[in-house]
Amino acid sequence: MGQQVLNGIFLGSIYALFAVGYTLVFGVLDILNLAHAAVFTLSAFIALALVDAGLSLWLALPAAVAAAGVIGIVLERIAFRPLRGRADSNISGLISSLAMATVFEAIALQIFGPDISRFPPDTFPDRVIRIGGATASLLQFCIVGISVVLMAVLTLLLARTRLGRQIRAVAESPRAARILGVDVNRAIAVAFFLSSALGGAAGVLFGLAFNSISPDVGRSVELKGLAVIILGGMGSVPGAVVAGFLLGLIEVFTVANLGSSFRDAVSFAVLFLVLVARPRGLFGQAATREA
Amino acid sequence: MSLARRWTLPLALLLSAAACKDKGTQSPAASGGGGAVIGASLSLTGPAASYGAQQRAGIQAAVDDVNQPGGVKLTVLIEDDASTKEQGITVFQKFINRDKVSAIIGPTLSNTASAADPLAQQAKVPVLAVSNTAATGITDIGNYIWRDSLTEAQVIPGAFKKAKEKLGFKSAGVLYGNDDVFTKAGYDVMQKALSDLGVKVLGTQTFAKPDRDYNAQLTALIGAKPDVLVVSALADNAASIVSQARQRGWTGPILGGNGFNSPAFIKNAGAAAEGVMVGTSWNSLSQDPANQKFLAAMKKAGTNPDQFSAQAYTGVVILAEAIRQSGGKTGREDIEAGLGKVKDLETPLGKFSFTPNRDAQHEPSVQQVKDGKFQIVQ
Repeated sequence: MGQQVLNGIFLGSIYALFAVGYTLVFGVLDILNLAHAAVFTLSAFIALALVDAGLSLWLALPAAVAAAGVIGIVLERIAFRPLRGRADSNISGLISSLAMATVFEAIALQIFGPDISRFPPDTFPDRVIRIGGATASLLQFCIVGISVVLMAVLTLLLARTRLGRQIRAVAESPRAARILGVDVNRAIAVAFFLSSALGGAAGVLFGLAFNSISPDVGRSVELKGLAVIILGGMGSVPGAVVAGFLLGLIEVFTVANLGSSFRDAVSFAVLFLVLVARPRGLFGQAATREA
Repeated sequence: MSLARRWTLPLALLLSAAACKDKGTQSPAASGGGGAVIGASLSLTGPAASYGAQQRAGIQAAVDDVNQPGGVKLTVLIEDDASTKEQGITVFQKFINRDKVSAIIGPTLSNTASAADPLAQQAKVPVLAVSNTAATGITDIGNYIWRDSLTEAQVIPGAFKKAKEKLGFKSAGVLYGNDDVFTKAGYDVMQKALSDLGVKVLGTQTFAKPDRDYNAQLTALIGAKPDVLVVSALADNAASIVSQARQRGWTGPILGGNGFNSPAFIKNAGAAAEGVMVGTSWNSLSQDPANQKFLAAMKKAGTNPDQFSAQAYTGVVILAEAIRQSGGKTGREDIEAGLGKVKDLETPLGKFSFTPNRDAQHEPSVQQVKDGKFQIVQ
C-alpha cells in the first residue's frame, strides 16, 4: 500500500511537470500546443547524447532543459506567431503544432534510430532508500524533488515577478496588455520558453526513470498530459499539479488492483465523472470571468 | 554488339563450369564409394546466414566423427537455401531428383521448411529438421518429416521443472505482455507449466508493449511475496522489467521466456540481469561423453559451438543411428523405418528420442546470467 502510494507520487510528479508546461501555453494563448510531447522526446534525447559524450548528468540535465526552452521559442516563431491575429488561429495553430510534432519526431528518428536507447548504467548512483516497508531509489526521490522545485519556481515566477505579471496580463487579454505597454510577443515567447523547458525537464526525468528512450516515447505522456490539464482546469497551473499527482495515483492503484488493461479506462472514466460534476475541471475559472 | 554476342555463350559456359566446381567443393565429406548420401539444405547466405554457418560446422564435425572405421558410412552434400522459400524448394528438388539422396537435413528456417518439406513428403524422402522451432506446420506436414530441435512450447515446461528442482520454489508471481502473440503464447505455456508443477500463482499482472513503467505491477506482485517472478516479455521490455524489479528490492529469482534469450537483454539490463534464468535446448557444460566428443570436434575445427551447431551435429548422429537400426541399409524407406527406432540415443543434446509425432524429445537445460553472460545451471 505504502509502496503503491510512492509509485503513484513518482509517476504523478512526471505527469504534473509535463502538464504544467502544457497548461501554461494554453492559459496564455488558448491554444493546445500538440508539439509539447515531441519537445519532451527531443529533450530526453539531447540529455542522452550529452551524457554519452561524457558530460555529467548534472550538467546535461540543465543543458537539455535550456535546449528544450530554445526549441519552444523556435516552435512559437514557426508554428504560432505567423498565424496570430487570424480569425481561426486557434484551429490552425493546433494543426501547425501537430506538423511540428511530426517534424521533431522525424528528426529524433533520423538521428537516434527507431530502437530504444538507454542512458549508460552508471549515469546515476544506484541507491535504494527504505521508508517503513516501502522502497524508493535515490533517483526517484530526486525526480520528485526536481519536479516539485521546478513547479514551485514557476508558480512564484508567475505570481511575484514582473515577467509573471506580464504573462498573466497577456493571458487575460492580449489587447489590454498591449495598451498597458506589455510587449505581447515577448511575453508569449517567454511563456513558450518556460513551457517547453518544463516539458523538456519532464522528458529527461522520464528517460532517466524508466531508462528507455525511443522517438515515440512522447506518446506515452501525450494523452495523459491532455487528461491532466482538462482534469485540473484548462490553463490552471495549480490544477495541473494536483491533477498530475491524482492521475499518477489512480493509474497505479488501477494497475495494482484491477490489472493494466483497465488503467486507461479507469483514468478516463474519472476524467469523465469530474467533468460531469465540474465542467471546467477541478481548478477551472468561473465562466463569468470571460464575460 | 556482335562481339558481345559471340562471347556470351563461352563466357556463360565458363561461369557455369566455375559454379559447378564451386558446388562440388561444397560437399565436405569423404566421397569414398558406398554409404548413404545425405543432402543438407542450410541458410549459408541471407538473414539466417549466421545460423547456417554454425550448422555447417556442426555437420562437418559430425560426419568426421561418424565415418570412423567400423561406423556408418555417410556423405553429406551441403547446399545453400539462401534463407528463402524459393531457393529452398530448388535445393530440395535437386536433392530428391538429381542427387537421389537417402535423407535431407534442414532447412534452417521454419519458414523455408513449410514450403520445401512437402516436396520431400510427396517423394517419400525422410527430412530431419535441426533448427525449426515453430510449434505447428513442420512435423505435421507428414510422416517423413522429423526434427531434433525442441519447440518453444517444449523448452519452457522442462526449463521450469529444472529451475524448480534447483530453486525449490512453491509460489510464483507472473507478469506478461498481453498485446503480443509471442509473449501471450509464452504466458499460456508458462501458466500450464506452473500448474503442472504444483506451483501456486499468487498474482498475475499484465502490461502492453509501449509501457515503460512497471512499478505498479511489480509492487503488487512482490507484495504477494512469491518465491519466484515469472516474466513473458520481448527482450526490450524484459530488460526494463528486470531493472525495475531489482529497484523495487526484488532479490529473488526471475524466470524468463524465450524472449530473454537475446544478448540485447543482458546488455540493456546490465547488473540487474544477474541471476535471471531461461530455458535452452543445449547444455554446453554437459559432461556426457557424446557432448564432450562434440566439443572436442568443434575445437579441432576452430569453431565456437552453440545450440545450432549442437543440433546440426546431433542430426547427423541420429541419421547414422537410423542407418544402423535398419541394418546398414541406406534406402529412403530404410532410413525412415530406422528413424522410428531411434530411442534414448546419446547425443550432445542429451538422451534423445522422438515423440510419436516425430518431434524431438530430450531434456532442455536452464541457463542463468552470471557475470554478464548466460551460463548453464548444473
